[in-house]
Amino acid sequence: MIKRVTFRNPWLPYALLLPQLAVTLIFFIWPAVQALYQSLLVEDAFGLSTEFVWFENFEELFADPLYLDTFWNTVVFSFSVAFASMSLALLLAVMADRTIKGATAYKTLLIWPYAVAPAVAGVLWFFMFNPVVGINAYLLRGLGYDWNHYLDGGDAMILVVIAASWKQISYNFLFFLAGLQAIPRSLIEAAAIDGAGPFKRFWTIIFPLLSPTTFFLLVVNVVYAFFDTFGIIHATTEGGPAGATQILVYKVFSDGFIGLDLGGSAAQSVVLMVIVISLTVVQFRYIERRVEY
Amino acid sequence: MAELHLSGVQKIYPNGYHAIHGIDLGVADGEFIVLVGPSGCGKSTLLRMVAGLETVSDGTIDIGGRVVNNLEPADRDIAMVFQNYALYPHMKVYDNMAYGLRNRGMAKDEIDRRVREAAGILEIEPMLDRRPNQLSGGQRQRVAMGRAIVREPSVFLFDEPLSNLDAKLRVQMRVEIKRLQRRLGITSLYVTHDQVEAMTMADRLVVMNGGRAEQIGTPIELYDRPETTFVATFIGSPSMNLLEGTVAEGGTSVALDSGASINLPDPRADLAGRSVTLGVRPEHLTPAADGSGMTLRLDLVEALGADTLLHGHLDGDERRLVTVRLSGHFAPGQDSVQVAATDAVHLFDRETGGRI
Repeated sequence: MIKRVTFRNPWLPYALLLPQLAVTLIFFIWPAVQALYQSLLVEDAFGLSTEFVWFENFEELFADPLYLDTFWNTVVFSFSVAFASMSLALLLAVMADRTIKGATAYKTLLIWPYAVAPAVAGVLWFFMFNPVVGINAYLLRGLGYDWNHYLDGGDAMILVVIAASWKQISYNFLFFLAGLQAIPRSLIEAAAIDGAGPFKRFWTIIFPLLSPTTFFLLVVNVVYAFFDTFGIIHATTEGGPAGATQILVYKVFSDGFIGLDLGGSAAQSVVLMVIVISLTVVQFRYIERRVEY
Repeated sequence: MAELHLSGVQKIYPNGYHAIHGIDLGVADGEFIVLVGPSGCGKSTLLRMVAGLETVSDGTIDIGGRVVNNLEPADRDIAMVFQNYALYPHMKVYDNMAYGLRNRGMAKDEIDRRVREAAGILEIEPMLDRRPNQLSGGQRQRVAMGRAIVREPSVFLFDEPLSNLDAKLRVQMRVEIKRLQRRLGITSLYVTHDQVEAMTMADRLVVMNGGRAEQIGTPIELYDRPETTFVATFIGSPSMNLLEGTVAEGGTSVALDSGASINLPDPRADLAGRSVTLGVRPEHLTPAADGSGMTLRLDLVEALGADTLLHGHLDGDERRLVTVRLSGHFAPGQDSVQVAATDAVHLFDRETGGRI
């Protein structure tokens, strides 16, 4: 049963939609169309000569081992971020759900990192892990590990994963906490009477009941890691060392604005567009439907 | 199957709220005990203490000769049916019922035998492969019962299990639960706020008020001989009429504050001159010939078919509402009626509310 609103003036609904439509058209649709068009062109750095080449840019892209490495980096990075931030957030949410005293203060504090800008979060962790002055690098050296994200690709990847996850924990925490609080207490009590210990209750009752939340957050986190972590990477490793932390969005930027390969960069954005569209489809088709029990 | 004994059970919450003030109750093997009282009287808290979901502040709870105060709910050999059924929404009906048995490491074929037997008793075999959200309220209720009976526990605990059902289904499930409990012979503790449910199901009732057991007894004992005005008004529907008065010289009658007088079946010379509350149930007030009874000024007449309820107040006492239940019909158009009390009257102390 959908409620229909009727307007007296037939133009009013269109007038009300206009600002939103204008913003969408100018800032989303038009650039997207531009990117689609540019991905079919080869242009020199100064825009003096332009040639229409059909799908040559895409052919080159998928033949380029560097691009495929970037793809792999992105997958590793995204799933590490999603896994780290979601598991930590779930752990914190389970603990916050149990706390009675000071719960509000605890929750508020946990939400703060979400307000930190990506670049700031990146720089924060960058300093803490700085091989020369960073406290964490110093502690790791104490443990016998010679941390250096300037030279070691693995260290650099871990650094950006930590910085990106840290920022996302708050968001995941909020959703997990809401999910936990929506589980009726009596279910947990029934499971306790049914002889399930706390650990078993979590894995057989609570975790399955949280699965709609978990699935939703998985998609959101992967999208976040794919697209919103540009600032973190730009402020810390700049994709290095030797492309070890180069992810797809960062390569779009470095190829297009530093390498000035506009056609190749546009082709990469089209690939990203396809990825984000398919993730959105997954989200709408599966999540919206499967949330209700 | 086991006896259940509560002695001096108290509950004091960390914030100092005294929810249960020392309850003593012995439940015989196979007995069906109903805890009844208004909301906030502590009946659910008491049940949850027996289940092990709330800690016991003082006193002991003993199930089958074993003090269970410090045992986990799982180790108390109890099964509980919750008000919202608490079925696991992500599991099929079969798994809902098997969950508790699997957790105890029971053999697969024994689990299967028990689940199918319980499903047979409850007539839910065709639903074993469904999920709880595909079932109606009554079916969910049965699955919740099934989950309790497959465990073959010593004690069944019911926390207002029928309050989420519609009126018709409630009556039907009431009969089914009672029949099932008789058949299985399992000691049961049942919480409800519905006095009809309490009266019809209980072997014995515990009427609770403000964290205390006001009276423990069979439904008929409580109806015929309520020990306090609280029990008197809580048990029976419509509630017992309470009228203030003073016992007359010689103890043969009570002079009501409204001016009328009611004869006592057994003269109470010992009470002469004492201020009392006289209780008389609506069904124990009968029409009387003109001039021989009290005049009831009518406010409202409710015709229920088999009975008619007359609501009004006695001449001379505007504030105290009085209800009379007449069997049969009542001729409309009258604004007052003469009523007299039968022999079934109760006397309570006006200060303490206790029976005298």
